Amino acid sequence: MNTLIFTVVTLCVVGIVAAIVLYFVAQRFKVEEDPRINETEKMLPGANCGGCGFAGCRAFAAAMVERDDISSLYCAVGGADCMKRIADYLGKAAPVKEPMVATVRCGGTCEKRPHTNSYVGTQSCAIASSVYIGETGCAYGCLGYGDCVAACAFDAISINPATGLPEVDADKCTSCGACVKACPKGIIELRKKWPKNRAIYVSCVSKDKGAVVMKACKAGCIGCGKCFKVCEFGAISIENNLAFIDSAKCRLCRKCVGECPTGAIKMIGLAPLAKKEEAPKPAAAPQPEAAQPTVIEKSKE
Amino acid sequence: MRSFPIGGVHPSDNKAWSRGSAIETMELPDVVNIPLSQHIGAPAVAKVAKGDKVLVGQLIGEAASFMSANVHSPISGTVTAVDMQPNGQGLRQMMVTIKREGDEWLPEIDRSTTLVEHCDLAPKEIIERIKAAGIVGMGGATFPTHVKLSIPEGKHAETLIINGVECEPYLTSDYRTMLERGELLIAGTRIIMRAIGVDKAYIGVENNKPDAVKHLRELLGGDKSIEVLSLKTKYPQGGEKQLIAAVTGRQVPPPPALPIDVGAVVCNASTAVAVYEAVQKRKPLIERVVTVTGKHLASPKNLLTRIGTPVEALVAKCGGLPEGDVRVLNGGPMMGRPLVNISMPVMKGCSGIVVMDGGDVHRGKESACIKCAKCVEACPMGLEPYLMYKLIRKKAWDDLERNDIPICIECGCCQFTCPAYIPLLDQVRFGKQTVMGIIRARNAKK
Repeated sequence: MNTLIFTVVTLCVVGIVAAIVLYFVAQRFKVEEDPRINETEKMLPGANCGGCGFAGCRAFAAAMVERDDISSLYCAVGGADCMKRIADYLGKAAPVKEPMVATVRCGGTCEKRPHTNSYVGTQSCAIASSVYIGETGCAYGCLGYGDCVAACAFDAISINPATGLPEVDADKCTSCGACVKACPKGIIELRKKWPKNRAIYVSCVSKDKGAVVMKACKAGCIGCGKCFKVCEFGAISIENNLAFIDSAKCRLCRKCVGECPTGAIKMIGLAPLAKKEEAPKPAAAPQPEAAQPTVIEKSKE
Repeated sequence: MRSFPIGGVHPSDNKAWSRGSAIETMELPDVVNIPLSQHIGAPAVAKVAKGDKVLVGQLIGEAASFMSANVHSPISGTVTAVDMQPNGQGLRQMMVTIKREGDEWLPEIDRSTTLVEHCDLAPKEIIERIKAAGIVGMGGATFPTHVKLSIPEGKHAETLIINGVECEPYLTSDYRTMLERGELLIAGTRIIMRAIGVDKAYIGVENNKPDAVKHLRELLGGDKSIEVLSLKTKYPQGGEKQLIAAVTGRQVPPPPALPIDVGAVVCNASTAVAVYEAVQKRKPLIERVVTVTGKHLASPKNLLTRIGTPVEALVAKCGGLPEGDVRVLNGGPMMGRPLVNISMPVMKGCSGIVVMDGGDVHRGKESACIKCAKCVEACPMGLEPYLMYKLIRKKAWDDLERNDIPICIECGCCQFTCPAYIPLLDQVRFGKQTVMGIIRARNAKK
C-alpha cells in the first residue's frame, strides 16, 4: 500500500514541477506571431498543393499578411471568392486573375496513333520518356502512364481507357498546375477557362514536320498554317511546324476548327460552325462529336 | 583468382550460341545513315552536304571540341541527305545518309594485311592519328580515345589495362577479336603504351575464355611488358573501375576523380585493334565486330560490319527475327538498350545485337521490397539501390546526391538480383539522370 501512495505522490509532484517549469519556459520563449496569419490560413482551402509557389497554405498565408502588395499572390484553388474574402479581411486590394483550366494538348488516341512497340518498364511517364520515344511513333505525344493523374490532388484528371489519354474534369480542376509540372512531355497547359467549360485548342504539341507527324498520328498538327490564315484575332501562331492558339486572344469564333485538315483543333462545349457562314452565337445544344467523323474520313483519303 | 572486391552477380553467360562462329564480313549496305553523335561529348559537325561524293574513310563529321570525335564515311557513294533521322530509341538525331556506289577507299589508307609492328612515332603524333581516325571506346561507353590517352598535366600513367573481359552475357565480339586478331590487338597495345609512356600493360580476360588467354599468351611469347591476366568470371568484371580494382588493387575515388588518378588507363580490346589500324594503316573507325545472337536466332554470328549498316540487315543475315514478342537489344542483356527502331544503324559503340523472345522479354511481376538487401550486396559500387529507389519515388534529389547516386555505373546488378522484381535500374537511371542535370545546372550557375 505504501509503495502505491509513494508512487502516486511522486508522480504528482513531478507533474506539478514540470508544469511550472514549462509555464515559465513558454512565457520566456514565446514566439510573437501575427494572429492574422492563423485566420488567413483558415480561409484558404488547405490543400497544401503548392500551386501558388509556396511550401504550403501557411507559408502562403504568411506572405499574404506580410506583403503590402498582394497582387502577385493568388490561390488558384480557392479562386476569386476566397481571394476577395482574404483581401477584405486584411484590408488590401484583392488579386485578380482569370480562371484557368488544365488542358491536355494531345489527340493521339489509340486508334489514331497506333502502337509500334510495347513498354514493359516502370509505368511512369518520367521514366519512359527518359528511356525512349514511347509506345507510338510520336516523340511529343502523351505516354499515358498517368504521372499527371498521380500529381493531381483534386482527382480532376483521369486516364480514359478507351483513348489512353488523360481527361480533365474542368469543374474539379483548380488550375494549381501540378499536372503541368508532372508531365515530362509538356503537353498540359493552363488555359483560360470559358463559361460552360467551352474551349478551342490545338490538341497537339508535335514539332515534327508534317510528313513525320502524319506517319505517326492521324490527329496531329502538321503546321500547314490554314488556321493561322483564317484567324481574325491574331490568336494563332505557327512555330516549329506547330500551331498554337493563344487562349488570351481567342474569341471562340470556331473558324479555325473547320479549316484543320487533321482535326487537331479540338472544340469543347460548342457546336461546329455552319459551312461558309458568319459565326452565329453558340448554339444551345452542343454537339462536339459531330465534327469528328468527317475529319477522320478526310485524313484517310 | 583476381576479381573486384565488392558486389557483382553471376548471370548465365549464354555465350555458347555465338562463341564458336568465326568473324564473318557483312555485305556492304546500299544505304547507310551515319549519326554525327556516336560518342560521349559534343556531336560532330557535318563536313559534307547533299550531293557530295564521298570515299570510304573520308571525313564527314569533324569533332566539335576536344571532347568529341571525328566521323568518317564507311562506304563510298553520294550523300543524299544530312537530316534528322530516328535513332534506336525512336528519337531524332542528326545523321548523314549516303547511297553506296562501289567500294572505293581513300588512297592513303593502307588496306594490306601485313602486320606492321614497328612504331617510332612520337606520343603526340600517335594521339593525333587516333583523334583523326575518330576512335572511341568500343566497349559501349564510347568515350573518345584521344581524350583518354591525353594524360592531363600533373598526372602520371603507370599501367595500361586492355579490357578483354567481356563480362556482359551473350556477347562474344571481343572474344573473337582476341582469338582472330590477337596480333593486331597486341600491336595496338604497344602503340597505346608508347602514347601514354608506360612500360607495363595488362590484358584482363575473364576465365570463361581460357582459349583467348592461352592464345594471347602464346602470341606474346617471352614478352614481360604485357601480361595476360585471367580474371574471375563475375559481372561486372569489365566495368572500368572494377577492372582497375581487380588488376591493380586500387580503388578509383568518386567523381570528379578519373582512373588516371590511380595511374591507370583502360582501353577495350576492340579499341586497341582500332588504334593499331588507325596509327599503322591510317584507317579510321569505319567498321567493327558485332555479335548478333539470341536464343531462337537461326544462326548467331560475329560479323565484321561497316558502321551505319542497319541492325535489321544484321538480324536478317542471322536468320531474321523469331515469331512472337521480341526484344532487340543494342548491347548485352544487362546494360543494353532495347531498340524500337531496328533500321537503326550500327554505331561505334555497338558490340552486340541481342534478340530476346518468348518469356525472356517479359518481366516478373513487381512486389513490395522486403529489405532483404540483396541489391546492396550485389552493388559493385557499394551503393544502396533499395534506398535510392525509395528516395527517387519521393523525388528527394538532394538526399540522392548525398547517397552518391552519380557514381552508379548502371550495371543492373541490383535489378538482376532483386527477388521482388523491382525495376531498380529503371528508377536509378532516371534518378541519376535527374541528379546529374541538377548538378550541371548548379555548376553552370557558378
